[in-house]
Amino acid sequence: MCLAIPGKIVEIAADNADSALVDVVGVRRKIDLGLLHDDRPVPGDWVLIHVGFAMSKISEHDALDQMNTLRMLGEIDGAMQEVQGYGLEETDDFELLDDVGLKHLDIKDAKVN
Amino acid sequence: MKYVDEFRQPELISRAVNEIRRLAGTDRHYRMMEVCGGHTHAIYRFGLKDILPENIELIHGPGCPVCVLPMGRIDDGLSIAQCPDTIFAAFGDMMRVPGTQGSPLEHKARGMDVRIVYSPADALKLARLNPDKHVMFFAIGFETTAPSTALVMMRAKAEGLRNFSVFCNHVTIIPAIRAILDSPDMRLDAFIGPGHVSTVIGCRPYEWIAQNEGKPIVVSGFEPLDMLQSIVMLLRQLKAGEAKVENQYKRVVPWEGNRAALRAMAEVFQLRPYFEWRGLGFISQSALRINEKYAEWDAEQRFDVPGIRVTDPKAAQCGEVLKGVLKPHQCKLFGRECTPEHPVGALMVSSEGSCAAYHSYEHRKAAMVSLSSIV
Repeated sequence: MCLAIPGKIVEIAADNADSALVDVVGVRRKIDLGLLHDDRPVPGDWVLIHVGFAMSKISEHDALDQMNTLRMLGEIDGAMQEVQGYGLEETDDFELLDDVGLKHLDIKDAKVN
Repeated sequence: MKYVDEFRQPELISRAVNEIRRLAGTDRHYRMMEVCGGHTHAIYRFGLKDILPENIELIHGPGCPVCVLPMGRIDDGLSIAQCPDTIFAAFGDMMRVPGTQGSPLEHKARGMDVRIVYSPADALKLARLNPDKHVMFFAIGFETTAPSTALVMMRAKAEGLRNFSVFCNHVTIIPAIRAILDSPDMRLDAFIGPGHVSTVIGCRPYEWIAQNEGKPIVVSGFEPLDMLQSIVMLLRQLKAGEAKVENQYKRVVPWEGNRAALRAMAEVFQLRPYFEWRGLGFISQSALRINEKYAEWDAEQRFDVPGIRVTDPKAAQCGEVLKGVLKPHQCKLFGRECTPEHPVGALMVSSEGSCAAYHSYEHRKAAMVSLSSIV
């Protein structure tokens, strides 16, 4: 729910200054820049993305840190699924949800010690 | 169990833990609440409890929006979506959350048009793509998510898109903290402040906690080192007899927050006089409703909402767990009637809820990433 996903702005739409293409570890999706009107990012900038909206600009160093945080928290799959879903790219994914629901609770790769 | 190769700067982690031990001493007990569900998840995942001295107790706060949503609101939202030609759109987190007549996923199995969206903007897109249907977005979240909902409603209004509405369940974090502090059985020394909510609201709104309640608060990041450093900062304040707001998560959280996001919220929302929180009851001015200007896009103003109220089962002790009076496993239902697969109480419904986190990591020892070998 409260995932903040780092992405790099690749391109800003020529016809809509609030629409940008971002790259999140190789996955490219459109996100909304409407909440960064006071500090507009340009291509090459890094942003933190939450539910399809850029929430803040961050440094490249902090972006890589944030990706590492998601990895440590075991949230990377959830984050990538969220990004891939932007733009309704994979909306009918209830089978995936089953999968992710389990992953999210880390039951699947649970190791009893 | 995985070990520490993923932790950078293990020497800093070790140093922070030593500093915590030194500062905490043994002469008193410290009770600190992490407000945010993301921190709760991280605390369990990294086994922080195992490396902290015994006299530092972490209490898990109300910061999981899925967990605190009363069941009646789910019933209300699903009841609106029973209208013909209506699409119920919500984040994936909501899909398994049970209402009295089942979860959104179960309603889908019975024929309701239920769609997962990953962004409120995509709920709007669904409305554009389905002009002959009505798309109702079931909005949840704290201030991290509310600005996106607000912006989407501004777009719907600007476009004159009338087959779109929002069923608004957005809540605000500060009144919940206040309610917890006002609770007579609650004794807290300090707060670990939420990270991503603060990217929107900034650090200033927490100042009353420091000034009026005399409790230190440190806005924190989510890595183990972040949280350990935040605990060091809190202990230093407590030892010095200070109470102020500090920002450990400066790399992401600006002190002033995100003004554009706050403007969008102010344009679309107003405070509800009161709102029910699962486990905490009614809290005044603790949630957002859609204002008159956007009435046409407000599912509650546009449709008949039954206003269903569901009392949580008496045996579930969510309120006590939320306030830190009980630990998750001390609830009578924990791990028996109430599990992540079949949640009875609020805190078991999302992986950010303290009972679900406790259940996965402590109870099942799921994929914990242990810090204990480096300290």
